[in-house]
Amino acid sequence: MSESIILPTRKDEAWRYSNTDALAGMDLGTFDQWRDIEVAEGETFRDTIVIADEGDAVSDATELRRLRIVVRKNATCEIFGVIASGGLGRVEMVVMIEEGGHFEFGGVTVGGRDTTREFVTRIAHDHPNATSNQVVRGVHWGQGTGNFLGRIDVARDAQKVDAKQDFKGLLLEKGASVNSVPQLEIYADDVKCAHGATVGQLDEQARYYMAARGLPPETARKLLVRAFLGDAFVALEDEAESERLMDVALGKLDKHL
Amino acid sequence: MLEIKDLHAEIDGKQILNGLSLSVNAGEVHAIMGPNGAGKSTLAYVLGGRPGYEVTGGSVTFAGEDLLDMDPHERAAAGLFLGFQYPVEIPGVSNVQFLREALNAQRGARGEEPLSGGEFLKHAKEQAALLKLDMEMLKRQVNVGFSGGEKKRAEMVQMGILDPKLAVLDETDSGLDIDALKTVGNGINAIMRKPDKGVLLITHYQRLLDYVKPDFVHILSQGRIVKTGDADLSQRLEAEGYDAVMAEAA
Repeated sequence: MSESIILPTRKDEAWRYSNTDALAGMDLGTFDQWRDIEVAEGETFRDTIVIADEGDAVSDATELRRLRIVVRKNATCEIFGVIASGGLGRVEMVVMIEEGGHFEFGGVTVGGRDTTREFVTRIAHDHPNATSNQVVRGVHWGQGTGNFLGRIDVARDAQKVDAKQDFKGLLLEKGASVNSVPQLEIYADDVKCAHGATVGQLDEQARYYMAARGLPPETARKLLVRAFLGDAFVALEDEAESERLMDVALGKLDKHL
Repeated sequence: MLEIKDLHAEIDGKQILNGLSLSVNAGEVHAIMGPNGAGKSTLAYVLGGRPGYEVTGGSVTFAGEDLLDMDPHERAAAGLFLGFQYPVEIPGVSNVQFLREALNAQRGARGEEPLSGGEFLKHAKEQAALLKLDMEMLKRQVNVGFSGGEKKRAEMVQMGILDPKLAVLDETDSGLDIDALKTVGNGINAIMRKPDKGVLLITHYQRLLDYVKPDFVHILSQGRIVKTGDADLSQRLEAEGYDAVMAEAA
């Protein structure tokens, strides 16, 4: 089957801010690997995705993770992820939610040098009374890029759907960038779809205030970045797991900034 | 303890301090009063090392060291506390987390052992009680959703927790109602009225000085100290106004 696959280019909407050069020479077979998750009616499923360097090594490999998720009636699927490694680190999720189902996603991208790290989600709300909530935070420095491309399709019959999407980017150095592309296609008339995206730098006033209380600049920055990233894991009830994801993200910052 | 000599400073190329000299010895409370635009807050920020405030002349020695040569966090570790006129909100960071990190960073810089979580909470609780601030407030995010008065009381709790040698308090009395003013005044006395500590109180009004009795009162005008007196001077200012009292100085 792999002959039928063509490598994407930046002309493809879902690869617009990506680093498609990183795909050159890839085995097309690997490129088409999907992980399928099906959450049965009324059940709750949670998983975490971590793309991180091992120890002190820095990997420039291309890291792709693709998930196809089906959330059956009144089921809940929660995915939390951190992308902190790879020249191109990319997590794609295609999610289909049935009536009364909920999809929760909290994602964090961190990276410097000339890395690209991105979450690309596509949520199909084909059924009524379903909800989804996505919170993504990106912290980048050097020439690093963080992207969140979130597409939400609400079908004509999918009334009372509530789909939220929230992205914030924090740029620690000049030269870094983040891109957010919310794409909403809504064909039902009684739905709530909220999306927000902001980009900023560390709050200088807060940094000075923290310094005036004795915090060295690195400690102050770490506290502020932790607070910023924390939003992505608010819905993750397992505190130990939340700490683990936070440690991966902050560890990246500690070592490479 | 603090020795300011002929200090000149500017912000955005505009000269604000024009040869200010002042000494604060251990055990003394000094009040600095002056009309709007005299340079009171600039003095506080220059002492605190705020970015954007450029010292163009003079010197400041604090506990025998060149204060102007230190980074802001080093000044704090050396024992300087700056009470902000407008305390800053830090969403997502709790007071407890912030102050414990700050105190332990200061202790580390001084070669002292860090306080454990339990030790810190006990210490924080005592200081909060002194300022009649509910401990629950300290578990909330730094200054987020605090009223003006709560922010000022929280500043004083921070001061109590960090236990500085010298406090420079920039209009700590602004935004306080009568009861809070008394609480804050008593708090300053309890924390800082000690033989080994000094206070530089920047204020517009006599009212805080009713609780924190200054040993010296200075009038700051156009970036320098134009008159120095004892506590009576602030009362005369309140009664007669800056113009009358400064005309006499000229």
